[in-house]
Amino acid sequence: MNRNADLILDESFLDVRAKLLEVAATLDRIDRAAQDHAGLSADQKDRRGQIDAAIEICASSDGADRAARLQHLFSRPFQSDWRSTMQL
Amino acid sequence: MDYIDPHIHMVSRTTDDYATLARMGCVAMSEPAFWAGYDRGSADGFRDYFRQLTDVEPKRAAQYGIQHFTWLCINAKEAENVSLSRDVIAMIPEFLDSPNVLGIGEIGLNKNTKNEATIFLEHLDLAAKFEQLILIHTPHLADKYQGTRMILDMLCDDSRLDPSRVLVDHVEEHTIGEVLDRGFWAGMTLYPVTKCTPERAADMIERYDGERLLANSAGDWGPSKPTAVPDLIFEMRRRGHRESLIRKVVYENPIEFFSQSKNFRFQPRGAGEVQSDS
Repeated sequence: MNRNADLILDESFLDVRAKLLEVAATLDRIDRAAQDHAGLSADQKDRRGQIDAAIEICASSDGADRAARLQHLFSRPFQSDWRSTMQL
Repeated sequence: MDYIDPHIHMVSRTTDDYATLARMGCVAMSEPAFWAGYDRGSADGFRDYFRQLTDVEPKRAAQYGIQHFTWLCINAKEAENVSLSRDVIAMIPEFLDSPNVLGIGEIGLNKNTKNEATIFLEHLDLAAKFEQLILIHTPHLADKYQGTRMILDMLCDDSRLDPSRVLVDHVEEHTIGEVLDRGFWAGMTLYPVTKCTPERAADMIERYDGERLLANSAGDWGPSKPTAVPDLIFEMRRRGHRESLIRKVVYENPIEFFSQSKNFRFQPRGAGEVQSDS
């Protein structure tokens, strides 16, 4: 396989553009509704914060593991003492 | 290209889907036992389900030239009912000699609870005692990382279990490395929204080189696409991957893993054909 970065970006550009527009339009929709109504509940504010953190990860320039970092962002942290907690 | 879907729930699909899969190149499939969309009320309900998996579905698949294999268990969602789970586990050996049974699965965790872990351990004991292959379900979304780590810990704690006889399914970017590093097989589920797209699966194949990696559709009664494996084949071809690498992931790897079961008597397409000059 011999695919360089220019080629991958070229073939992905419109797809990524469309996905980013979906994200932007969704956030606009949420913000418009928040202005019209009482804003976001505490739980939903946390989730909204997760989305902002995810966008920061996507925009970061370090490493090629953004997908794995997003997965961890959206995961509950690992509790290594699960055996003693569950008495198993 | 001939391919094998190692994880698909055909009891939820129409016969038209069998026809479509055959036309797309599917020559064999394995169907793990799973949640029906509601909690079953008795072990007899599971007995009927296991008859469907071991008797009805192989015949339905054979009409389209597809070989059907299966796995038996009570799934993690219903494992919250420990008493029912133990009744089902006690009944499973009745079916282990059925010709299409490859092992115990899909067992695992759903919400990572104590009851789920208890029944998971009892399934592992059953698999060890009857020398069965194991197929693992890992949890969804926010619970996946914790659940996968718990599952790997429990598997590695049991010295009777050989990691090369265990397939851990539904891996994603944050879990695939540890599954492979610990010597297990890893399955990528191509599933809309909650699991993995063909494009991301192709990325993982590029990063991990296809060794001990499988891809499945997990087609079931929910939003899912039974022809997702051909979508992955198409994506890999589009990227210019070697046919040999594609074939390894979608055909040779399932055969290598399943061949560890004495019940995997797979007949490749064209096997036994007599050469003719006509």
